[in-house]
Amino acid sequence: MAASSEEVLLVVKRVRQKKQDGTLYLMAERIAWGPDGKDRFTVSHLYADIRCECQKISPDGKAKIQLQLVLHTGESTTFHFANESSALRDRDATKDLLQQLLPKFKRKANKELEEKNRMLQEDPVLFQLYKDLVVSQVISAEEFWANRLSLNSTDHSLSNSKQEVGISAAFLADIRPQTDGCNGLRYNLTFDIIESIFRTYPAVEQKYAENVPHNLTEKEFWTRFFQSHYFHRDRISTGLQDLFSECAKQDEKGLKSMVMQGVKNPLVNLLSLEDKSLDEGYGVATAPSTSNGTKVKENSNSAIIKRFNHHSAMVLAAGLRKQDSVSGQASETSSIDGNSRDSDCFQPPIKKVKLQEAIEYEDLQNKTGKKTVTLNLKKSDRYSHGPVPMQSQTYTTSQEIINSVSYIQHEMANYKPALTQVISSGAASSAIAALSPGGVFMQAGVQQAINQMVPSDEQAELKHLYMAVGELLRHFWSCFPVNTPFLEDKLVKMRSNLEKFQLTKLRPFQEKVQRQYLSTNLTGHMEEMLQTAYNKFHAWQNHHMQRKT
Amino acid sequence: MKLNIDGLLVYFPYDYIYPEQYSYMLELKRTLDAKGHGVLEMPSGTGKTISLLSLIVAYQRAYPLEVTKLIYCSRTVPEIEKVVEELRKLMEFYAKETGEESNFLALALSSRKNLCVHPEVSSLRFGKEVDGKCHSLTASYIRAQHHSNPSVPVCSFYEGFDALGRQVPIPSGIYNLDDLKTFGRRKGWCPYYLARYSILHANIVVYSYHYLLDPKIADLVSKELAKKSVVVFDEAHNIDNVCIDSMSVNITRRTLDRSQANMDTLQNTIQNIKETDAARLKEEYRRLVEGLKEANVARETDIYLSNPVLPDEILQEAVPGSIRTAEHFVGFMKRFLEYLKSRLRIHHVVQESAPQFLKDIFEKVCIDRKPLRFCAERLRSLLRTLEIADIADFSAITLISNFATLVSTYSKGFTIIIEPFEDKTPTIANPVLHFSCMDPSIAIKPVFERFQSVVITSGTLSPLDIYPRILDFRPVTMASFTMTLARTCLCPLIVGRGNDQVAISSKFETREDFAVIRNYGNLLLELSAIVPDGIVAFFTSYVYMENIVASWYEQGILENIQRNKLIFIETPDAAETSMALEKYQEACENGRGAILLSVARGKVSEGIDFVHHYGRAVIMFGVPYVYTQSRILKARLEYLRDQFQIRENDFLTFDAMRHAAQCVGRAIRGKTDYGLMIFADKRYARADKRGKLPRWIQEHISDGSLNLTIDETVQLSKHFLRQMAQPFRREDQLGLSLLTLDQLQSEDMLQKIAQIAHQV
Repeated sequence: MAASSEEVLLVVKRVRQKKQDGTLYLMAERIAWGPDGKDRFTVSHLYADIRCECQKISPDGKAKIQLQLVLHTGESTTFHFANESSALRDRDATKDLLQQLLPKFKRKANKELEEKNRMLQEDPVLFQLYKDLVVSQVISAEEFWANRLSLNSTDHSLSNSKQEVGISAAFLADIRPQTDGCNGLRYNLTFDIIESIFRTYPAVEQKYAENVPHNLTEKEFWTRFFQSHYFHRDRISTGLQDLFSECAKQDEKGLKSMVMQGVKNPLVNLLSLEDKSLDEGYGVATAPSTSNGTKVKENSNSAIIKRFNHHSAMVLAAGLRKQDSVSGQASETSSIDGNSRDSDCFQPPIKKVKLQEAIEYEDLQNKTGKKTVTLNLKKSDRYSHGPVPMQSQTYTTSQEIINSVSYIQHEMANYKPALTQVISSGAASSAIAALSPGGVFMQAGVQQAINQMVPSDEQAELKHLYMAVGELLRHFWSCFPVNTPFLEDKLVKMRSNLEKFQLTKLRPFQEKVQRQYLSTNLTGHMEEMLQTAYNKFHAWQNHHMQRKT
Repeated sequence: MKLNIDGLLVYFPYDYIYPEQYSYMLELKRTLDAKGHGVLEMPSGTGKTISLLSLIVAYQRAYPLEVTKLIYCSRTVPEIEKVVEELRKLMEFYAKETGEESNFLALALSSRKNLCVHPEVSSLRFGKEVDGKCHSLTASYIRAQHHSNPSVPVCSFYEGFDALGRQVPIPSGIYNLDDLKTFGRRKGWCPYYLARYSILHANIVVYSYHYLLDPKIADLVSKELAKKSVVVFDEAHNIDNVCIDSMSVNITRRTLDRSQANMDTLQNTIQNIKETDAARLKEEYRRLVEGLKEANVARETDIYLSNPVLPDEILQEAVPGSIRTAEHFVGFMKRFLEYLKSRLRIHHVVQESAPQFLKDIFEKVCIDRKPLRFCAERLRSLLRTLEIADIADFSAITLISNFATLVSTYSKGFTIIIEPFEDKTPTIANPVLHFSCMDPSIAIKPVFERFQSVVITSGTLSPLDIYPRILDFRPVTMASFTMTLARTCLCPLIVGRGNDQVAISSKFETREDFAVIRNYGNLLLELSAIVPDGIVAFFTSYVYMENIVASWYEQGILENIQRNKLIFIETPDAAETSMALEKYQEACENGRGAILLSVARGKVSEGIDFVHHYGRAVIMFGVPYVYTQSRILKARLEYLRDQFQIRENDFLTFDAMRHAAQCVGRAIRGKTDYGLMIFADKRYARADKRGKLPRWIQEHISDGSLNLTIDETVQLSKHFLRQMAQPFRREDQLGLSLLTLDQLQSEDMLQKIAQIAHQV
């Protein structure tokens, strides 16, 4: 049993599946079920195949205690927990464990799907192949991908450093509290939401790290979080005993520092918008409102507004944090080598750029203005001191030139052809003739004729067929040497695939070509290739039979 | 391209031109030819600025004796800088086409805060501090002290400018604020004073309204500008408010307390000087006897704010005897202060005219009108004599003296309102004396009288005829231009009811209605799901926005919106709002999409453009009427009715609609741009409201989109957005809304262009 090497996380006995009693195993990478008394799993799903959000449980009151798993393919499997005494407990334990495990695999699964999708989109040839083989059900998708992904996964994973997924702005709204019937509220927290909270509010993450698990359990922590004034932002007075009052203060500080930093774009800086040196006291309606503004009424409404601005800014920042840290490092290094000032000079000041953008009418002028990218240099001296061409005086003293010329002259004078090592003139001329147009090796006329004779759509079809047959043969030949029963199976399947292909794709094409005037045997080579494969298969089969008998 | 505008060769720095730009230039040329004033409304984003600059520069080159200078006034610092950049583009084109360096000098002027290069002074954050610090380093007596005692600090940049800067004029070219600073740093000259000096001989000056409209500054900066100048007020839809602001004064109890402290300081200083240097006070007295006029060859650096009244009323006479000596003046001011204090000690609202106030003050404390008129001038003289270093400290007493001068100078057009408390908090005593100007023509009158051509232009000036009335001038041209479009890139929709058929309106009676708030929320929610990138929503006032946001939060609407977009909200704090704005743009930029909740008449609605994806939809929640219960407004409305025969309702609607148009106009900045304009109030459908929108918006409101439900709005919006998202190429525009030179010269195109301008 392959599972013996896997780590088994949970074993639940007396679980029924399709009215058969058996045992449910939760392992590191898959969930499996085997009927009692057999040592094989009849049901085995990788976690990556299971839809994370789609595991249904039977309502509490029901007699049957069940757990349904839905796969990405749409199939579903239902387990019935039949142990009378502990069925509910078993089910909950399974569910909880699954809940922890699935999100980890979810990302992987999505990534794989994305990767496949991307490969198909980027490579039209591959896409055609996929259509020919998988969509027309010559081979299954799994087989198709079996030895492709491994080829590509390595090089792409490097270049495609994974892009951080942003945070939904409404993640707090997604935690809909539900009343549980007895004067309480239930919040559903998922892994994603927790991560969103942490990423948006680092202060909460810090609190979490400080308090969980030594002071509070995870559950207690989140309960307090939802009870806190911090979460309910329309309440302003944060009591001192509140765990999160500090967070609120930190947020306040963060907001202030953000405001203090000011804005980079001068066109949106409202502070420097006005150009008047009117003192207070002049003007009509401004005076009373400013006197109001100084003693800002800390009412709850303005607190909400502040909170919204802060929240949006944090969500935005959370999405950018990753990139920031990278670019931040870069700028740090550049400042260390003391060249950052240079690189500043190269970039036109942001104000100038923004002004130019603002006065540009793109439709009034011809598109002569080429968009230039500013040169961003970390070390300007490297740019201005590139590789220097070899200085001429290093090798051209006139004496040396004279010397070398005389040396060459000397060599030429002493040249003797080694006549014993050349071919005879007759052979040479016949070789030239054979390689000239019209010669033996240069009968390209036929090929050109095919090129022109065959209409282009047939050519395209032929090309697809070639590719498809090549792909199938590749699968076929990759089975040799046949040393495992799995490969045996595959080999047999591949042969039938080949036959199927010949029957459904190649034959109709052949007939079509024959119907249309064409005498040249376009498919000859493919048939040859297939025949070779069949021969090999027969040889192997005979050999195999003999060994068996 | 080179254009022939009515016989004038105009260099236009682009290869193509919008038909309306050509039409605009024609009208402008006509205005300049007639040496009169003009009111021109041109849709935002159709290249108004470059058309203006091209034509006027060409005019200046062709008739250098007719028009010597262009004074371009804009509203915000970024706008000023944009204008200078456009000018630079134009001048580069000139240089390329004619092959010669032009000898044009154009420069931007801004306050010290934006121009100072002194390392210490420029690091201060507020304009007031910078001005005060600058004064304390450059005042003439400080420099005289420095002469005898080098340890007294002075500004080396000003010294540099003073020594050399005036002899050699600044080389010709285009100077933006940063260019001036660079130039100043290189030469070691003060850019601010250099700019102030150079505007006298510059061909083009770009600065903010206040330098021309606020008499306190205008007298200082713009006094000597040549009469043969063309003045342009861009973005002028709010010009009347700027005029009024510059002439109004508010006095609170705090102002009075600080003035009291100022007076005490003055008195002590006078006492000290009397003991040490009595000659100085005598000298001042002698000067005052001879009259202010010739004694006033004060150095430019000494004056902090000039006289608040208008240049033509500059006092010809000598200061009256009763306030000539320093002690008498201090005593006089103290009496005046006491009187003001007694006036603020009231329990009911008082409203009176300036003559009434003067009569009362004469009866109560025997203060005559004449010495009051000289208060501002007398105080300035005293401060100079006493060599007060930090003039910014004396802003309170300066304010009081300006008030005294204003109230005794103008008998008409002003009102005095004393309120013992704010309406919202009737229990907290916070008395304020509003001396408020009700007639914007007072501040702008000298501009119209002095300069031969004044052009008032903006994207939203409708209805055009109201501006000449409230500003009291007679324009020679008044025109509104439409926007020629190859595709209808704006989509104004009036949402009148929710899906439940409840009428939505921000009208006072229904604004707190639960259904209205919910429907507003649903509208935003639905739109947030279908509009890409940025949405800007404007509310009628900050308080209203706060309430709505709170109830949306309680109803969970905001949470649902957050599923679609991030939410940013304008706050009363400018720094916080700037941050929110930048984050908003960032969110639009990186594809997340965001919503900005903002306030009409707020800073965002006045100064920030939402081009392209920064604003694909603008929602105007309600009609942004001004707070009508304000007594100042009531007084103004009354004045308008009596003096200009403008009905109250007409003015209020006009004011509301120009702000609404401003808000929705923020989203369209050019013909390649597109955006939804959603007016979420039933009242917009009425003819009197709709008719006051600019023509270029009005003509796209179809009768079918007058009273839509939210669902219908969403359907129409979807359709519009899908259409707009199609690629838009130059070929689609060419010949319709974009012309080559050849197309422009064809006969029927010229006929079409003639229809663009809509004369009033």
